[in-house]
Amino acid sequence: MKKIKYSILAFLGLAMVLTSCQPKAKTTNGALSSGAAEKVYVAPGEHDEYYAFISGGFSGQLSVYGLPSGRLFKVIPVFSQDAEKAYGYNEETKPMLNTSHGFVPWDDSHHPDISQTNGELDGRYVFINGNNTPRIAKIDLTTFETTEIIEVPNSAGNHSSSFVTENTEYVVAGTRFSVPVPQRDMSIKDYKGNFKGALSFISVDPEDGGMDIKFQLLMPGFDYDLSHPGRGASHGWFFFTTYNTEEANTLLEVNASQNDKDFIAAVNWKKIEEYVNNGGGKKMPSNYAHNVYDEHTHTATSTMKKEVLVVDPSEVPGAVYFLPTPKSPHGCDVDPSGEYIVGNGKLSADLTVHSFTKMISAIENEKFDGEAYGIPILKFEDVLAGTVSQPGLGPLHTEFDGQGNAYTTFFISSEVVKWKLGTWEVIDRKPTYYSVGHLMIPGGNSRKPFGKYVLAMNKITKDRYLPTGPEVTQSAQLYDITGEKMELLLDFPTIGEPHYAAGIAADIVKANSKKIFNLEDNKHEYATTNDNDVKVVRNGKEVHIYMTMIRSHFNPDNIEGVKVGDKVYFHVTNLEQDYDVPHGVSVIGANTSELLIMPGQTESFVWEPKQVGVWPFYCTDFCSALHQEMQGYIRVSPANSNIDLSWSLGE
Amino acid sequence: MKKSRILMFLGVLLPLMLFVFPLWNITLEAPQYPTPLGMDIYINDFADANPHDIKNINLMNHYVGMKYIPDAIPEFKIFPIGIITTTIIGLLIAFKANYKWYLYWFILMAVLSAAGLYDFYLWEHDYGHDLDPKAIMKFTNPDGSVMGFQPPLFGSKDILNFRAHSYPQLGAYFMGVGMLLSFIAFFVGKKGK
Repeated sequence: MKKIKYSILAFLGLAMVLTSCQPKAKTTNGALSSGAAEKVYVAPGEHDEYYAFISGGFSGQLSVYGLPSGRLFKVIPVFSQDAEKAYGYNEETKPMLNTSHGFVPWDDSHHPDISQTNGELDGRYVFINGNNTPRIAKIDLTTFETTEIIEVPNSAGNHSSSFVTENTEYVVAGTRFSVPVPQRDMSIKDYKGNFKGALSFISVDPEDGGMDIKFQLLMPGFDYDLSHPGRGASHGWFFFTTYNTEEANTLLEVNASQNDKDFIAAVNWKKIEEYVNNGGGKKMPSNYAHNVYDEHTHTATSTMKKEVLVVDPSEVPGAVYFLPTPKSPHGCDVDPSGEYIVGNGKLSADLTVHSFTKMISAIENEKFDGEAYGIPILKFEDVLAGTVSQPGLGPLHTEFDGQGNAYTTFFISSEVVKWKLGTWEVIDRKPTYYSVGHLMIPGGNSRKPFGKYVLAMNKITKDRYLPTGPEVTQSAQLYDITGEKMELLLDFPTIGEPHYAAGIAADIVKANSKKIFNLEDNKHEYATTNDNDVKVVRNGKEVHIYMTMIRSHFNPDNIEGVKVGDKVYFHVTNLEQDYDVPHGVSVIGANTSELLIMPGQTESFVWEPKQVGVWPFYCTDFCSALHQEMQGYIRVSPANSNIDLSWSLGE
Repeated sequence: MKKSRILMFLGVLLPLMLFVFPLWNITLEAPQYPTPLGMDIYINDFADANPHDIKNINLMNHYVGMKYIPDAIPEFKIFPIGIITTTIIGLLIAFKANYKWYLYWFILMAVLSAAGLYDFYLWEHDYGHDLDPKAIMKFTNPDGSVMGFQPPLFGSKDILNFRAHSYPQLGAYFMGVGMLLSFIAFFVGKKGK
């Protein structure tokens, strides 16, 4: 009995201690603190402070969130068809998904990056890579639509991309898998020495953003994992992490993990650019798609390119060096000053940081430790700036706050660790839920990170949300990093796998956001910008319907004379010129998707009627008080019918 | 030159600013239009306050059967002629006539302005009341009569979900100041006599 009494007392005592501790805990316990909700609260009608562009990973898309609220605004279709926006379904955007392998309506989108001017985010474009069928896409931030996709030849597993140099001179596309270049039928066992890793430098036109592969560097057959551009003093260099320097071709989990150190490849792209501009490199026959969406014709065209310029690094002395880095480094991150290059050795217990200054001095003094395929290897000790020792398990990615602090994710120990550049001491660590991959500080890949939040992107959520069967959401977590200690503010679910993200102050982007397309600028081949020009035209077995739409009717709304076996093109122009008044249209039995047409825009879809009848079409996007009345009929007669084409509205 | 004559000159010339600045503005506010719809009325044209506003006003107003705002109205031909004529008359007066005529010019302008406003009122009344009998939505006043959608001549007024504002703009103010100057010129002239 006594014992029980004591334990009750002890329990009460403990409860009191805990209770009395609570007010204190409120200020230090992250998510438990009431302040966290206030910090992420964006009142109704108010705007978020930042845009976050979060990759959809295996969804092939890019989603747009607001920070700090974590609210989802838009999913931008990039590499995957999207029925919601008719992307990849309508005639205008089908060419965007063309490749040398044909129509590829899916990809694995990993790393978005925002265009820069003078090392600062300018908010014009977001670039993102397609990993599976190597491609780089450009999203225009006036429309938040994908406007250009370039396929990357000689590449496979386009993973170490898409990162931009500090004036958006180039966006890079580094291959993760080395492959035979050019592709050919050969034994896989002969991988070593025969496969190549292509690092592609895609130039971006400063005026219109047009992309073009300027050159490809044909590197040894390692796996090129991630990359980052130099900046400041190291502007002109690009750094790529490698693994499988063993050049194994089977059971890589073991065979690619044998070397104690792999490399960070340091590429002096300015030197290679100069070499190329002076006629260096050689043109190699190739076949890759370049797809461009024109805002005025509202239509994409796909061009097959037949040549690519390749450069053998051994022919440009002084352009490429290897920095030994333990052990199978994954993330490759350069701090805002451009001095420190962090190699996150995912199998290493420590974090390795190289010094750009030391690298240059080692190169000048020719302190080499051998070479690989003609590329000099620098001595590890000569380029090492420092080591963050035993910071956690499985370091992956690092970002910087611009105040001399770095934040690294640890996949295995599920945490974000804050440490100090120069002293290499760990300042703080916070758990993530769970298995964090990349993290992002808005402005991370630039000279000026905004340094207010860090966003951790997690692969696994298990118990964090309501269960939704075996497949549960992946998530992002937002931390306040304005203080010495990080504070977890918010978790929110994400689309697909949140692979990496790019963040930017909303003010830089939102003022340029388009509200409508000007009807007078509509140069679509099948546009009908005036109600008087509405028509239906037969061309053999093709029927082209030139239709307009406005609140709350289609013109025409009655169409007759279509026959079974016809290929019917609906070319529909939205005549509205008011912000946020899109209309939709689809017809029963359509094998594509609906069209979602913005004010002033024209879109087309094909309908192949297979059954005789009178079939309705209707507006699919709520548009007005009379949205339900926005409908029409199309009559389909037998194939041998001789009913003439006719169309009408209001008769 | 006499002070009164300088004032008269100024007064006569100011209404010419109507060819530069709008005369009147009608603005329609509603929750779903965070940027309100607006129409500037010039001496010779209707103009969008923001791009495509008139088109969007037309689209919205057709629900209750209002006609599309015409591209042009006859007044757009008459008003400029009127202003130019009164300016010429005013200049002649300023050059040739004595101060008493300043007052006559002022009265002429006042009468013409009143007529213009009345004409504007009639146009607004017609615009707001001559509704398409096949209108999609029909509204009646509490007394059972058909509801009109006439914008206010001057001031602000609620029309269904909209709040309509109708106010003179810079051009009208220039004309008003011009008239006031001619009125002052009359008194200055009289005093100087």
